This record gives sequence, C-alpha cells and structure tokens, in this order.
Amino acid sequence: MAPIHTAQTNPPVQSVPPQFSEKDLIRRSASTVPPPAQQLEEVAKLIDVSKCIGCKACQAACIEWNDTHPVIETNVGSYVNPHDLTPDMFTLMRFTEWDNPKTGNLEWLIRKDGCMHCADPGCLKACPAPGAIVQYSNGIVDFVHENCIGCGYCVKGCPFNIPRISKVDHTAYKCTLCSDRVAVGQGPACAKACPTHAISFGTKDDMNKLAESRITDLKSRGYDNAGLYDPPGVGGTHVMYVLHHADQPEIYSNLPRDPKISPVVQAWKGLAKYVGFAAIGIAAAAGLLHSTLVGPNRVTREDEDNAERLVRDET
Amino acid sequence: MEPEDVEPGDAIHPGRPVVVDRYRGAARINHWVTATCLILLAISGLSLFHPSLFFLTALFGGGQVTRAIHPWIGVVLFFSFAGLFFRFWRANLPTRTDAVWLSQASDLLAGHEERMPEVGKYNAGQKFIFWSMTVLILILIASGLLIWEQYFTWVTTIPQNRVLVLTHSLAAVVIICVWIIHVYAAFWVRGTLRAMVKGNVTGGWAWRHHRRWLRELVSVRKVSP
Repeated sequence: MAPIHTAQTNPPVQSVPPQFSEKDLIRRSASTVPPPAQQLEEVAKLIDVSKCIGCKACQAACIEWNDTHPVIETNVGSYVNPHDLTPDMFTLMRFTEWDNPKTGNLEWLIRKDGCMHCADPGCLKACPAPGAIVQYSNGIVDFVHENCIGCGYCVKGCPFNIPRISKVDHTAYKCTLCSDRVAVGQGPACAKACPTHAISFGTKDDMNKLAESRITDLKSRGYDNAGLYDPPGVGGTHVMYVLHHADQPEIYSNLPRDPKISPVVQAWKGLAKYVGFAAIGIAAAAGLLHSTLVGPNRVTREDEDNAERLVRDET
Repeated sequence: MEPEDVEPGDAIHPGRPVVVDRYRGAARINHWVTATCLILLAISGLSLFHPSLFFLTALFGGGQVTRAIHPWIGVVLFFSFAGLFFRFWRANLPTRTDAVWLSQASDLLAGHEERMPEVGKYNAGQKFIFWSMTVLILILIASGLLIWEQYFTWVTTIPQNRVLVLTHSLAAVVIICVWIIHVYAAFWVRGTLRAMVKGNVTGGWAWRHHRRWLRELVSVRKVSP
C-alpha cells in the first residue's frame, strides 16, 4: 500500500487508484462480511486542542469538501456556529470558557467535535439496515446513504451524540473521516485546512508518537495533566485528542470521561433479540403442541340440545 | 343473576340450532381493522428488530418506506383499538368467577371444559387478552411516539430514547406472544372465529363456553323470534 500522506503533504498529481474498498470491510451493519484478506494500516486523526485557535477553517473545509449547505443561523451566545452538529455540519468547534480553579486563569477551551471513528462503533451495533454503516480495517466508520433507512437507531447507539438525521432525505450524516480523500492517499479536508497544524492525520502509530511528543512538551510547560484521549471503552478511537487537562475531559464541552456503548443498547441489540425470538417461538410451539396433544375443543350435539331446551323453556 | 356483560347487539334467535348474535358489524369491522394493523406492525417492526428479518421490509416497498409507515400504522391501531376498548371494557371487568376459572384453567387446557364454572360473555383468559392488549398498546404507543425519529425524538434525551426503544421492542415481543395465544384460542375453540366473521355463534357454542352469558340473554328476554 502506498504511504499515507499526512494532511500537510500535497497530494500526488497523477491519478491514484483507491487504496481501500468494500473488500476491506471488517464490520457491516445488520450483516456479516468475510474477513478481509489484508489488514490495512490503521489511520487516525489527532486533534491537538492546545494548538487550536478556533478559526473554524476545519468547518469551512468540511463544508466545502462535502458540499454541504448549512443554513445561516443566529448567535447562540458563544462562538459556536451553527448551534450544534447538523446533517449539513459534520464537525463543530465547541467553545468553553473554563475557570481554572488551580491557577485562577480563564482558559478558552476549544474542541473540534465530530465522529470519533470508534473501534467498537455503537452506531453500527444499533443499525438495523444491512450495509448502512460500515467499518474498514483502517478504522474508518462510514455511512452508506443508499442503505440507510433513517430510523435514528445510530443516534441511540452512539456514545458521543454524533449522527444527525436529515429532514430532507431521511438518512444519517456524520464525519466520514474524508474516506474518499483517504482512499486516494490524502488527509481529511479539515486537517488540510488547519493553519496551526492542530489537526494531524496519519497512521495511528504515527499519531500516537506525535501525541506523545506533544504531551511531553505540554507537561514541560506546566500542564501536568496533559494526555491523550483515546478512550478504551469503545476500543479506542480513530480520532484522538491531545488535551491539556486530560484528567477532566468533561470540561471540553462534555467530552465523555469513559464512553462506551450503553448497556441498554447492548441489551436491546443482544439479549432482547434472543429472549424475544425464544418467547415468540415458545408461544407458537406451545400452541402447536397443545393442538396435537389435546385436539380441538368442539361443540357437541348435546350442547346444541341443551341450548335449544334452555331457549325453549325460558321463552 | 345480573346481566352485567350482555353487550348491545347480543341476541338469541331460537331454532335448530339456536343462533346467538355476539358481535355487531361495526364491532367486527373495528376488530379486523385493528387486527390488520397489528399484523402489519408486527411484520414491519420485526423487520427492524432483527437483521435476519430485514428482508420483510420488501413487503412494504423497502427500508425507508417501512421506517416511515410503521409509526403511522401504530397511530391507526391506537385509535382503532380505542374503539374496541370502549366497546368491550365493561364486559371485561374482573368478576369473582374469574379467580375460580383461572384456578381450574389447567382442566380446561386438558380438555375438561365441563369442570369449569359457568362464565359470562368473556372468560378470564379472554379478559387477560383484553387487558394485556390494552396495557401493551398504551406502552407501545407512548414509547413509539417518543422514538419516532421524524417528529418526536427531540422530546426526550438520547439515554431516555435508548430505554424507550428497548421498552418498545420488549413490549412488542410480549404483544406478539399475547396475539399468538389469542389466535390459537380462537382456532382451538372451534366455532369461535365465526363470531368475528359472521357475527354469531351457535347456541351450543354459547352453552358450552359462555353458559352464563346465554342464561343472561334468555333471562333478559333478548330473544327475537
């Protein structure tokens, strides 16, 4: 496989055949896939929150690349705009003004929200439509719109509150990690556009190394709790954060401390199916068995005579 | 004996055999509309419940259509069942006999109906079906509306939505089981289906299965020559 270009490098000028395809799926919603012949190198996007200046170039690049048209909204009291992720806004800068109790400093925390591309994706687990959500062996979780039925189960499955259902075509939308760009050796549009290199893209190994050097740097500057956000509860993610306060992820616009697929979703997608089918099967089998063993309950001639006598005598 | 569960339209026609009117036309139409909705809901719901049944969405014209139509069928069922509820609730109120009947239900299932107490228009088993359906339909419509992606999911939080969708699927499983019991009972007790198709039963059927109802009808002289 050709080397994955990080976002900063320019793409090759000659045309490149796609580097991954349906053959590289490791999971497909509501269906199974044969194990892929090769394991792709895992990719990751690393978002260094400490380097982000909140310029929203990533949002603009995302809109441009994906050709979405978010509506012009009104001010919601902070720099966040639009007010939330929408079917037309796959990534969103979330701004928090945080009063650091230790230093007394007001810190402006800016987190680029969007799909985390979980190794164990809750959206995919919840999805009832075969092939509407797929996961490639490089870690990218993608929505396939022609298979999506718009039920919103992915919204319930996601531990990060990411998918949004379009009111226009009734299908689910989220960050694709620019799977179309990555397939031809380019980095995601947001990473490409980021002027401070707060967003990097490459192999997950490389991103881990980059994160390590950044964390060492941050620690040397007094951020003792700097660390990497790659939550193990969802098997790790393919979008990771470097946080200066990794001990308190919640302060970054409620980034979950220990995200995992909700046990309710697990029960709904696991036990409930088996218990449900068993119950229905037992009810049907009981009827069949009873019918065979006891036979029909028929009205006899005597019953008819009794009824006729009763009606005759009383009237 | 109080004629507590003689419903409007119930009447006896003497003859050989005696014919007893059990359900009027409106009640029958109401029942079959509800039944159709319930079956369509079960099929469309099951198709989204388990991947192995997703192919059933083809019956409705695909996954998108199934997703869109299922809640609307639910709304129709709710109102249709409400009609049945107001028709039948009074005759389905529990009575003292129900406890006795239930304690001897194993005799009935073993084929010894003659050992059972005389019951009115509905026996305790039928009342169980009626009240189970009522409670389950209330749970299903309430949870179903709140997980209706197109209109109402914003009303509740995502964690609440998860509980609601689990509740909805479990209630659906239970109502399918109740429905199987309902259908089997109507099939097992021969001559029952005709009450919901033609609207009447034979005197012998009423004597055998709902003798108290038959006696009540006779005593209030609901006999048309």
